[in-house]
Amino acid sequence: MKLSIREVEHVALLARLALSEEEKERFRAQLSSILDYADRINQLDTTAVEPTYHVLPLQNVSRPDQRGTTLTQEEVLQNAPDRDGSYFKVPRIL
Amino acid sequence: MEIYDLTAHELADLLRRGEMTSAEVTGAIFKRIHDVDPDVQAYVTLTEDQAYETARKVDGERGQGRSLPYLAGVPAGLKDVLCTRGIRTTCSSRMLEHFIPPYNATVVSKLAAAGAVFTGKLNMDEFAMGSSTENSAFFPTRNPWDLGCVPGGSSGGPAAAVAAGEAPYALGTDTGGSIRQPASLCGIVGLKPTYGLVSRYGLVAFASSLDQVGPMTKDVRDCALVLNLIAGHDPLDSTSAPIPVPDYTSFLTGEINGLRIGIPREFFGDGLDAGVSEVVKASLDKLAELGAIIEECSFPHAEHALPCYYLIAPAEASSNLARYDGVHYGYRATPDDGGEYDLMDMYMNTRSQGFGPEVKRRIMLGTYVLSSGYYDAYYLKALKLRTLIRDDFSRLFDQFDIIVSPTSPTPPFRLGERSNDPLSMYLSDVYTIPVNLAGIPAISVPCGFTGGLPVGLQLMGPVFSEGTLLRIAYAFEQNTPHHRARPSLEGSGSAAPGTRRVPSSTSGLTPGLKECGVHEHGGGGGAVRQEGGCVHE
Repeated sequence: MKLSIREVEHVALLARLALSEEEKERFRAQLSSILDYADRINQLDTTAVEPTYHVLPLQNVSRPDQRGTTLTQEEVLQNAPDRDGSYFKVPRIL
Repeated sequence: MEIYDLTAHELADLLRRGEMTSAEVTGAIFKRIHDVDPDVQAYVTLTEDQAYETARKVDGERGQGRSLPYLAGVPAGLKDVLCTRGIRTTCSSRMLEHFIPPYNATVVSKLAAAGAVFTGKLNMDEFAMGSSTENSAFFPTRNPWDLGCVPGGSSGGPAAAVAAGEAPYALGTDTGGSIRQPASLCGIVGLKPTYGLVSRYGLVAFASSLDQVGPMTKDVRDCALVLNLIAGHDPLDSTSAPIPVPDYTSFLTGEINGLRIGIPREFFGDGLDAGVSEVVKASLDKLAELGAIIEECSFPHAEHALPCYYLIAPAEASSNLARYDGVHYGYRATPDDGGEYDLMDMYMNTRSQGFGPEVKRRIMLGTYVLSSGYYDAYYLKALKLRTLIRDDFSRLFDQFDIIVSPTSPTPPFRLGERSNDPLSMYLSDVYTIPVNLAGIPAISVPCGFTGGLPVGLQLMGPVFSEGTLLRIAYAFEQNTPHHRARPSLEGSGSAAPGTRRVPSSTSGLTPGLKECGVHEHGGGGGAVRQEGGCVHE
């Protein structure tokens, strides 16, 4: 199998996902088979090919530096899971 | 025909001639929803009160002799990935189950300004990841042509609603086929516009370089009319194309004599259902009969499109979905034992509990291919392949006006049939995915039936060739009967759940019964959507 359980655990930590043992096994098998399938792209020599990040030839899109309308602080905070006055509140960090 | 069977332009004509009011049309659509949605399960949220309010407002303005936009007063449904101010927008995810956007998506504002009467928000695969709508965290939607089958996905709710008469038209979104494949499986018209033609502002991001909003309609004229309403430059979307937009109905001439159509042989190989193949080939004969010049051609990198997509889209998704951290909006996990709980625990638990299996799978895959040591081998390699796929299309469009293929390799499959095998599910997008990678437009039109289930024909064109696609689709449609077929939902109460996945607890989200929030039309605020580029860890 392409992925080890350790690799699955490492990726889950990077992605901030807590996985159960059962999920780790399942993702190990499923991601391995998807990556095996994806490996067919390595048959092609692409050394001289430029990557396409985006399909539109737009660059440095800017707008005039003018004041527009924005959401109010109350609107921005209305969906906050937890708040303290005008702040988003989170559990302790340290 | 019943009122709910009519197209948007037929309803608009009834309204303009004063034969019906918008309130009456709206009533007919909601009656249909209440009759069939317990079986079809297309809606996540209904906005009935607000709909009648808008309908009466439009009726009042019409009564005063005001000149109104053509589709004013005609009901419309919205995929639940489009932000609606004051109305819950869930992406069919636990993560956003109670999220009330403070602003409208630009496409929503545009339809509202044109007098659209919004019926509600439509079910989808969670965060638009899937091809069957079985990945909705709330319940699966069923295909109106056979309630034991999936409607396709991710825009399965919009497709099923339009096919079942629960919405005259709807807006869907398409990242790898999510408008066209469900349109094909439900026997309706679905258009994925050129990347950049329609604003993505307020569309909850899945893969930002691939996502587009588009019309899902009962016929090609409706498709052109809705595209007229939503296309155009939007300063709130930095990837919006600053180009003038034509009147798309002006292309509906019925004339396709001499147009050159390429048929890539790679799209007719292994994996294509024999019944679908037969119906599609008969459609090509019809196009030839109408005067088009049909020629076989080759799309050399076709087999690489699917793996390329399943590296790029999850990579972008893993970055985009990093925003769901339980801090600013959406679900936040709380410690169940009341014990030690720091920020990291909160992140990990929030994301593990808030996301469903397919979303986690793609976040994992995307994180892996962007991670140190694998970026060059997978992500960068896929971006280079994307160039080769674009080049294949460019070469073909030097030779042909459009390229035609089946939309989906198979007719609708049974609920549960593919839900345990991600790869077999991914294969249902094999013909639609190259289009998103290249950023070009494509439309799926109903082209017949196999075993009583709908088949769609996919027309693909060069960037900003929507007019040509609509022209050919219209000529085909007007010379075939398929767009007038409607599913009979009789005896639908006896739908056997059979292989259907048991819906998870819906916390009051019983299909089509939940009223939510206050619908305020008008300006979306100036909020800036978070948009991460792909991160190289």
